Amino acid sequence: MHGLINRAIQSFVCNTYGQSRWIRVTEAAHLGFVEFEAMLVYEDETSRRVLHELCLELGRPQREVLEDLGTYLVSNPNTEALRRLLRFGGVTYLEFLHSLDDLPDRARLAVSDLHLPALELREESGGRFSLTCHAGLPGYANVMMGVLRAMADDYGALVMLEHAGARGKAEVIEITLIETAFAEGRSFELGARAG
Amino acid sequence: MIEMEDLAVLLERLCPMFVLLDRSGRMTRVGPTLQKLRPDQPMQGAKFLETFELLRPRSVATVPALMASSGAKLHLSLRDEPRTALKGLIVPLPGEHGAIVNLSFGISILDAVRDYALTSADFSGTDLAIELLYLVEAKSAAMEASRKLNLRLQGAMIAAEEQAYTDTLTGLKNRRAMDHILSRLLAGTTPFALMHLDLDYFKSVNDTLGHAAGDHVLQHVARVMVEETRGDDTVARIGGDEFVLIFNHLQERERLDSIARRLIDRLEEPIPFNGEECRISASVGTVLSTQFARPDASTLLHAADLALYAAKRAGRATHRFYESGQSSTSLEPLERAATPRSQEEAGAGQGGARNLAS
Repeated sequence: MHGLINRAIQSFVCNTYGQSRWIRVTEAAHLGFVEFEAMLVYEDETSRRVLHELCLELGRPQREVLEDLGTYLVSNPNTEALRRLLRFGGVTYLEFLHSLDDLPDRARLAVSDLHLPALELREESGGRFSLTCHAGLPGYANVMMGVLRAMADDYGALVMLEHAGARGKAEVIEITLIETAFAEGRSFELGARAG
Repeated sequence: MIEMEDLAVLLERLCPMFVLLDRSGRMTRVGPTLQKLRPDQPMQGAKFLETFELLRPRSVATVPALMASSGAKLHLSLRDEPRTALKGLIVPLPGEHGAIVNLSFGISILDAVRDYALTSADFSGTDLAIELLYLVEAKSAAMEASRKLNLRLQGAMIAAEEQAYTDTLTGLKNRRAMDHILSRLLAGTTPFALMHLDLDYFKSVNDTLGHAAGDHVLQHVARVMVEETRGDDTVARIGGDEFVLIFNHLQERERLDSIARRLIDRLEEPIPFNGEECRISASVGTVLSTQFARPDASTLLHAADLALYAAKRAGRATHRFYESGQSSTSLEPLERAATPRSQEEAGAGQGGARNLAS
């Protein structure tokens, strides 16, 4: 799994639960190191072990931990660069939702060896959408739940999200967009680069 | 025929940085994004060439020439600060009713979005400006991550080099390794002999045949020294052409002298390199650990240096033992004893000895 993903997990744990708990997780997972390098690629099995040990350490189910990770990635100042890149997807939350189909391509444009599974947005009636998260990255849909929720806050939109289970190997998230301009949201200036 | 007003409405939606010019070169309509660059100066009604400076094509300075530039890529900039660079294309309207100019930022987009607080709404839906901005940010973030990785790797490499015990050119032990071995021996009770060997005429090989020849000679020298010593002896390269050999248990002067002589003899054999022959020699100074009641590393190395100095003074290709009471001040200057050939290399080849003489 790409170092950026592993690094995201590390950053999430260190900033939310503290470095000592992260070190415990790396030891329990027999990593042999404490810091993931964002620009290297690691064995999938390594990431799986870290995630498994992390959930044991926190005493929480994996889907919850991963959803929190998704929220962290968008809302924490440490990962402001990622929030900005997601905000390039559109001026409104609706446009952002429609840009999700391009997300794996956008990710690859930025980092050529970062492969994210395909995302597919379908618009149903009455502000309802379904997002199909294709297979390839275990827990992908859980992380996306957190990302979608935090991005709704970012845009000031009011949404309801529901994990609608699996369709074959893919997982589906149901999104109900209740109001696009519910709250102020956070500002996004094109010219203000994340530091 | 489409009315001018309808045309302007269409253009506002299609290309928000357009300008409609009348035949005198006055701006009759200006796109909303373009006007946003100068919110306090209405462009409508002003002369196009007074607001914008045409940088290329250089030949165009008048309105008729501008009107005739159809199809050419225009390079412009605003005449007052900030002098944002723009790219443009001019298309004359039929019937000499003036022209449409469509402008864009080109590479100045990065500064422009910041200088003018532009938003996605300021660009047409087909404009790649937002994608370009995305790409620049994404690549900068990725580059920053790579840069951090490179810095950490470089740090690790320097640390590894500092911890290394091997001289990379010759494969011998390095100065650091010799220091460790010497302090270990001094902490124990085993007597040993320390030999300081300095190549003669090495600098002239470097100067006349080049550094590749010099490297080749050093590698050859290293091989000879390994062959002429036992497995548990230490051979270290401690400087450019300076070597230290440490012989455990060995205290017999005859054996040490014959080792030194053999080393010198073998090093004097011509070393072929690319059809040339490199000729060097060596001077050797030896000290026994038992010559001092409480030897320490710097005392032993200093004593070996003095013996080496004496050997150099005796005319090179010579081996000398340290004699107690020997000191640098009791010796005559090295230069007086040196042969003309060795004088030319007096600058570099004898680091240890020269330091003592000064």
